[in-house]
Amino acid sequence: MTHVKLTMAQALNQALRDAMRADETVLMFGEDVGALGGVFRITDGLTAEFGEDRCFDTPLAESGIVGMAVGLAMNGMRPVVEMQFDAFGYPAFEQVVSHVAKMRNRTRGKVRLPIVIRTPYAGGIGGVEHHCDSSESYYAHTPGLTVVAPATVADAYTLLRRAIEFPDPVIFLEPKKLYWAKEEVDLTEDQPGIGQAVVRREGADATLIAYGPTVPVAMEAAHVAAAEGRQLQVVDLRSLVPFDDEAVCAAVRSTGRAVVVAEASGFASVSSEIVARVTERCFHSLAAPIRRVTGFDIPYPPPMLERYHLPSVDRILDAVDDLQWEDS
Amino acid sequence: MTTVEERLLPSAEPVQLIDQNGVRHEHPQYRLPADEVLVDGYAQLVKGRRINDQAGALVRQGRLAVYPSSHGQEACQVAATMVLREDDWLFPTYRDTVSIISRGVDPIETLTLLRGDWHSGYDPYEHKVAPQATPLATQLVHAVGVAHAARLKGEDTVVMALCGDGGTSEGDFHEALNFAAVFKAPVVFFIQNNEYAISVPLARQTVAPSLAHKGIGYGVPGERADGNDLAGLLAVLGQAVAKARAGEGPQLVEAHTYRVQAHTNADDATRYRNEAEVTPWLERDPIKRLDAYLSEQGLLDDNAKQAAESAAEQAADELRVGLMEDVSPDPADLFRYLHTTQTSQIKEQAAFLQDELAREEA
Repeated sequence: MTHVKLTMAQALNQALRDAMRADETVLMFGEDVGALGGVFRITDGLTAEFGEDRCFDTPLAESGIVGMAVGLAMNGMRPVVEMQFDAFGYPAFEQVVSHVAKMRNRTRGKVRLPIVIRTPYAGGIGGVEHHCDSSESYYAHTPGLTVVAPATVADAYTLLRRAIEFPDPVIFLEPKKLYWAKEEVDLTEDQPGIGQAVVRREGADATLIAYGPTVPVAMEAAHVAAAEGRQLQVVDLRSLVPFDDEAVCAAVRSTGRAVVVAEASGFASVSSEIVARVTERCFHSLAAPIRRVTGFDIPYPPPMLERYHLPSVDRILDAVDDLQWEDS
Repeated sequence: MTTVEERLLPSAEPVQLIDQNGVRHEHPQYRLPADEVLVDGYAQLVKGRRINDQAGALVRQGRLAVYPSSHGQEACQVAATMVLREDDWLFPTYRDTVSIISRGVDPIETLTLLRGDWHSGYDPYEHKVAPQATPLATQLVHAVGVAHAARLKGEDTVVMALCGDGGTSEGDFHEALNFAAVFKAPVVFFIQNNEYAISVPLARQTVAPSLAHKGIGYGVPGERADGNDLAGLLAVLGQAVAKARAGEGPQLVEAHTYRVQAHTNADDATRYRNEAEVTPWLERDPIKRLDAYLSEQGLLDDNAKQAAESAAEQAADELRVGLMEDVSPDPADLFRYLHTTQTSQIKEQAAFLQDELAREEA
């Protein structure tokens, strides 16, 4: 047992460090990831330990970064790239959609791209315009991509290690408001892998389904609800693609009620997909329609207005209250 | 000491070693390739032309969905691969079928994209030929990555990255040249400037003095050559490859050529250009001039020509026979290659389709 107290940022840094020590084909590159250690310090010290050939800054051009990763992966490397902020990743969108996602399929499995695209994502940090987008639905909608979003320090470490070892491309979404969240963790402890959701809190009355930045909010809501006499189960998806239908459906069937909590705008989103597929599979176990608490269908707000946009404990509890309780 | 301009700017005129009448011209910087190289190149040009025209015919017969021909650009197609070693890489576009085949890739596997039975039918690692890129210039940044990986591994391989004049307007063209220059990646960027991006002429892509001039903005040496002169192309591309291999970083080469046919069979070139513009380019044909030069030098007799033509005919035959065979791609392939480990969602969908097909058969 080697328990240490770490922030999520430190755990991610450790994951990169351990992956680079374990496999010399692992390369880390992007904007400001060298001497500076990344604007969130996730790559802190990597250039010093592994040298300029292994962790390096690139010209400021995201399509070039991801496109170069494609070529490096084609020629035997395991590139990990950082898109400095979610919305800064859009110039790379064509590379991601037309090449990263499709290469394996279009070459009948001959060309495999073990690329990890790390993206500090979502809001809640008072970031100015273009620094707080929840872009997961674009990626989750694109066949060929694996999309992962950790919510805990232990998961940040494990899922990043697994993502780097993964044979196919992974979009790795790091909830930036959780970068500084501290936890006592044992990094040697085995966590569930990519594609597995976990129940973070047991509860028999209703299920909260959350991922990434909304998991702690859902946990808080469950805590408050318990004080009011309602037991809420919390499911942390961890991986959006592949989606753990089995675990999510088992959870929803056990309570018969569910609320999906996500920061992203709700329209045509991961949250709407969850409602659709859980309803298709669990309709006869449901006591009420599945509700959603999501961001509004608006561009991410300026910092002084973001609290009106983000899913809150109160909104979650209101949605839970709305699940057609017979005794209310 | 050379000035920045001398180091980076292309020749004042496109390099030409054999003109359209088959007359040889001396060049202060570039030497005519050896006789046997030109004779071999001639045979490859004849074969390339035959493949282009056979593929065009196969479209009309409904055996190919579409074929973007490099008719008239065969010198570029052939030169791009003739200057490479076996362990070098080629990054082609959808118009570079002849280049891919001359690299040794199976012609039928090359044409699956255009026949429509699979996107990319050949194993890119077998002959070090990347899948044909359709989104313009996107492959150029991949080329940089492959070249950089080679450098990290201590290999001296070079990457030949092809694109067209239209592609130079894309952002990825800029990013690729810039990245390659910054990382000193051994890439030769080879632009086949055939004057048209479907219907849009070069004048609407750029007002740069030439596409080769674009290199100076990235610190990449640019050079330009007559794209219908195989000898000049071999000399210029050969030197670019040698420089890249020697660690001098990326090189940019522009070939001045012309798309004498329409963009594809689905295009109508009479809507945007007239015959008078096309005719002079037919006179600049790459095969005609090399034929004239080699014949004049006594390097190409009737027997040799006959041999080249029958080899080309044989290649066309193989193409015809191969593409006349009916293929029935397996619907299960739709799901088979997406992930290394199939997700439960994809398994479900594959099972759904299989079940649907079984019910149809019953």
